[in-house]
Amino acid sequence: MSDVQQIGDARSTMLGQIRAALRDVPPTERPEDVPVARDYQQHSTAAREAIIEQFIEFTVDYKAIVHRVREAELAHEIALICQARKLSRLIVPDDLPEAWLAEIKERAEIDTRADSRTDPLSNENLDASDGVLTGCALAIAQTGTIILDSGAYQGRRAITLVPDYHLCVVFTDQIVGIVPEAIRALHPTIVQERRPLTFISGPSATSDIELNRVEGVHGPRTLEVIVVERDPAATS
Amino acid sequence: MSTVYIPMLSFTDAAKTALADTQLRRNLGKATQTIRTKRAEVVHEMEDWQGLREAGRAIKERTLRHLDHYLLELEQSVQRAGGHVHWARDAAEACQIVTRLVQQHGTSEVVKVKSMTTEEIGLNEALAEAQITAFETDLAELIIQLANEKSSHILVPAIHKNRSEIREIFLDNLAPEHVAGLTDVPADLARAARSHLRQKFLSAKVAISGANFAVAETGTVCVVESEGNGRMCLTLPPVLISVMGIEKLIPTWQDFEVFMQLLPRSSTGERMNPYTTFWTGVAASDGPQEFHLVLLDNGRINTLADEIGRQALNCIRCSACLNICPVYERTGGHAYNSVYPGPIGAILTPQLVGTEHAASLPFASSLCGACYEVCPVKINIPEVLVHLRAKVVRQHQKERRVHTYEYQEGVVMKALSYIFSNRRRYEAAQRLARIGQLPFVHGGKIDALPGKLAGWTTVRDLRPVPQQSFRDWWRKRQAQGGSTAEGVRS
Ligand code: SF4
Repeated sequence: MSDVQQIGDARSTMLGQIRAALRDVPPTERPEDVPVARDYQQHSTAAREAIIEQFIEFTVDYKAIVHRVREAELAHEIALICQARKLSRLIVPDDLPEAWLAEIKERAEIDTRADSRTDPLSNENLDASDGVLTGCALAIAQTGTIILDSGAYQGRRAITLVPDYHLCVVFTDQIVGIVPEAIRALHPTIVQERRPLTFISGPSATSDIELNRVEGVHGPRTLEVIVVERDPAATS
Repeated sequence: MSTVYIPMLSFTDAAKTALADTQLRRNLGKATQTIRTKRAEVVHEMEDWQGLREAGRAIKERTLRHLDHYLLELEQSVQRAGGHVHWARDAAEACQIVTRLVQQHGTSEVVKVKSMTTEEIGLNEALAEAQITAFETDLAELIIQLANEKSSHILVPAIHKNRSEIREIFLDNLAPEHVAGLTDVPADLARAARSHLRQKFLSAKVAISGANFAVAETGTVCVVESEGNGRMCLTLPPVLISVMGIEKLIPTWQDFEVFMQLLPRSSTGERMNPYTTFWTGVAASDGPQEFHLVLLDNGRINTLADEIGRQALNCIRCSACLNICPVYERTGGHAYNSVYPGPIGAILTPQLVGTEHAASLPFASSLCGACYEVCPVKINIPEVLVHLRAKVVRQHQKERRVHTYEYQEGVVMKALSYIFSNRRRYEAAQRLARIGQLPFVHGGKIDALPGKLAGWTTVRDLRPVPQQSFRDWWRKRQAQGGSTAEGVRS
């Protein structure tokens, strides 16, 4: 039997059997006739500052390190963190704002490598780096989650995965209160652009050994977050 | 023909073996209790939990009642996004499809993310027959694979192994450079696994995964995980093959707002699990450039045909019902002898493989109803259990193999549901039992009931009905101005 035949057979058999199995469903019933009550919170009612504080609290709760600065201080903060961590080879997506790296560039000991879709670094190269610096698409306060959608300042997925350290910049206006707000905001990315998404809540972890939480199995073992208050006057 | 690991021993025999293993009991007790407490805490944070549960149930009901429609929509969406869709009627067909795809890429090694569906179809064994090595990459799966065992818990498959056992398994099986100076500190053990697997991730050509959800509207597939091995497999190798049971579908992207709240909190007791990857076909220069989705039946359509049993397909594999189940806590997953253990296994496995092959599983429960209360998609597990028990008994009666205890249970269950369905009847029965039981209590438990009920106690030691019922105690406590429900839990 050829492949095409087999696929055709399996598909039509399965669909036929499903229809037979659902003989109790009236033929006139449409999917939307089965009621789905969305009787749960759709919007956060918390104040902006409370949302930001909750994001920080829950992100720290999941063992990430969090800093909070104004936009004008961002480049300085990034340089301080890299220095404190003794990062010498730092991966960045090629569209990362120059301004973020302004202070790092002055420091000879830190070598930044830009990765792009057209000129990607090899996995081995990423593995040999000390860490990666990116922005994000969105963040959720209620769960302490950072969302990457391979969009602006985030690069392709591999660069935030292979290095052992991830420094992530989150602007306060990117933080939503609850999960439904984030899912709604991501709809266009998924439907129109079909970009892959990654939800990150703390560094990777396992509880497989006697249920003790161990940080860092395969993803970056350290996640550090800079929460940034946008400065209306600054250009980024 | 469907193949799931068919229970070879009956549940009662296997449970007796498991009960004798004190190490297993200790680990399980600790694990289930830890997860139970964590889950209760994070569920308690959510004021709209019941609304979310109801929405989760309703979305699944909508999907299942129109499964043909949504599967076709999913097929179209995945193809539109550059992926390939395959249909597999049974385990053999699914294994064949995956094996052929791997062979087409001329590789003899694949990396794998933990997936119960691929375990259900025995994919690793099928690949091995074709000289393809599948490397399990979840820490627990790695431990299980190295120890040559089967997993005992949906979420923490190595729950029956303690740290010193894990250390020994690693020392015996991993290359010396990964285990030099290995201690039994969990972080150290994790480091050995990280170093062992990293080269595999970086060099693998093909990855194989399961799927937690797939969206008909957009073709988006999702894997929810903790360790990052999922992201590694879903991102680095150029080819990705995902095997998915046809019931894992959800209609729209928006539905994630329900399931991404229900699943992590019910499962690991976290507000959100560390990593979730969502992908829609292939993305240019980002991740795998070839994606195959295998849609698996393997007994699911049979399950769909049973109007009461169908709800078992709502399951999002969170394992909350396992952790709350008093039977599971004492026997562990292996006693169920099936890929899907615990209360969900007791209702799903017999339906997938046919009740004639797993007849003892629907009896592996005390019908206490705790599983129904914690289930994030409101599967009425006790209802399905009783329904399947009746089915088994009918089957046996037909075949003239009526086992006294099963037959009597049919009678007892009918009586119990009559009593339980009404509070006054229930309380009256309790009072009656307290007096009536006296002659049968030995050493604080009832171990031999008289006459027709004797079959019941050959497999169970009953605890006598306490002198004061919970309801009596509660009422008295309330009357004395006692504390709230929260205070009771501890
Ligand atoms: S039956 Fe419900 S509680 Fe049990 S694993 Fe499935 S979804 Fe979770």
